[in-house]
Amino acid sequence: MAQVTFRVWRGEGEGGYFEEYTSEVGDGMVVLDAIHDIQAEQAPDLAVRWNCKAGKCGSCSAEINGMPKLMCMTRLSSLDLTQPVTVEPMKAFPLVKDLVTDVSYNYEAKMKIKPFKPRKPDAEDGTWRIQQDDVERVQEFRKCIECFLCSDVCHVLRDHHEHQGYIGPAMFVKSAAYEMHPLDVEDRISDLKETQGLGFCNITKCCTKVCPEHITITDNAIIPLKERVVDEYYDPLTRLFKIFKPNKSK
Amino acid sequence: MSQTNLSLPQQRKFGQTSRTDAWWLQPVVVFLGLSAFIVYSTWAAFQGDNYFFFGGGAQYLSPFYSPVIFDDPAVFSAEGHAWFGAKPDIWPAWLPFTPALLILWAPGGFRFTCYYYRGAYYKAFWADPSNCAVGEPRKCYRGEHSLPLILQNIHRYFLYIALIFIVILSYDAWLSMWFKDASGVEHFGLGVGSIVLTINVILLGGYTMGCHVLRHLVGGKWNKISGKPVHKKAYECVTCLNKKHMLWAWMSLFWVGFSDFYVRMCCMGVWTDWRIF
Repeated sequence: MAQVTFRVWRGEGEGGYFEEYTSEVGDGMVVLDAIHDIQAEQAPDLAVRWNCKAGKCGSCSAEINGMPKLMCMTRLSSLDLTQPVTVEPMKAFPLVKDLVTDVSYNYEAKMKIKPFKPRKPDAEDGTWRIQQDDVERVQEFRKCIECFLCSDVCHVLRDHHEHQGYIGPAMFVKSAAYEMHPLDVEDRISDLKETQGLGFCNITKCCTKVCPEHITITDNAIIPLKERVVDEYYDPLTRLFKIFKPNKSK
Repeated sequence: MSQTNLSLPQQRKFGQTSRTDAWWLQPVVVFLGLSAFIVYSTWAAFQGDNYFFFGGGAQYLSPFYSPVIFDDPAVFSAEGHAWFGAKPDIWPAWLPFTPALLILWAPGGFRFTCYYYRGAYYKAFWADPSNCAVGEPRKCYRGEHSLPLILQNIHRYFLYIALIFIVILSYDAWLSMWFKDASGVEHFGLGVGSIVLTINVILLGGYTMGCHVLRHLVGGKWNKISGKPVHKKAYECVTCLNKKHMLWAWMSLFWVGFSDFYVRMCCMGVWTDWRIF
């Protein structure tokens, strides 16, 4: 067991400060374990949101030494414990208290996305037939646990506060999961361009870097969506081609 | 925005972050790497000389100057390998001319609008952001949503031109394997320059064929690809290259600069081009 110093953000709303706590840590512990120890022994009023402790619920998102991470999946052995470990709430969302932020923006953004709209069933019993090759691409997006670390690190939200006209990388993944699905017949391209702010993304790839599920957000979701927008709005050749050979389906 | 009427955290100042790692290192390396290439390639493009090496029967053309659309007869007329001969008489005297200046806008534009480079130079040159979770110098932001950066969407047109360049550079690499003897007859051979120019086209090909736009055009734009075996295979191949797009981008950038440098050094007599056979 070793003594480690943690700098934990305390406060509500716009105010706040770093409080230092020293706690004993042992082999196999993650940051959330240490936070729980601090909560149990030194700061019973410390607010922290958590649930599964297995990296699947996406509740314990925070910023550890400045990088958005899941507290339950960040082993202390992966950090430099000779220096104080900084634990603070996500910066792209309003602070409720201590390490808890209000992530309702993401659910409001999700409501802007047109829902999945499948084509008519392939069989009389109301079922569809899909080839694995076709559905493979969107299966990656289904891994999203909605921890919103990708939206937290996105500078369009955390530094420029474009919450009104930008739905964020987490919701681009959601939109891509629908838009690229082989059964889907809905058109979301105009929404992505006009009201959901896809053009704000300048491909920093920070969202991909912090995703705990290792979803290749930028390369596999955002850039393909950007290219579909280019097809529709910025490429006269493609538009001309579509006049002579219109797509019967997506 | 939020039903609980909470306010967003205060925007951080430029460079402000809680990160404890060397977050500044990556943008600094990118800044230095791209700056070095821009300075060298601009200098090389304005030289207008030492771009075609024909010593020992070799035929090495610098990739910065390929294809040679018009040559400057005042500087170079020995081989007459330009597509359309000497530069036109109507070319204004005040306008700088070299064969490289006629063509470098195309590969330059391809790299400038490349999805990888965009993300890299936005960080390194504009600090937008400097790195992930690091405060920015500017409050206002338009991204690629409006002018001027909305013009980045022209990338696919640069891709079309870049693909033509790959064909031309492949031909140059092939020509670099043919050496003229004293009587003017060409023989197949291999010099160090042949290897340099061949590696160059392989790296440029790997970079161009892994382009995000190409990935979209060959298969990504369709939701159902199972009935299109050619597109499916092409999509898989491009995806494979695309996964290492950053690596291809840097290797090809370095090597295309080195290829020009190699040909230049041979032309100037500083380096000797060794023949393997």
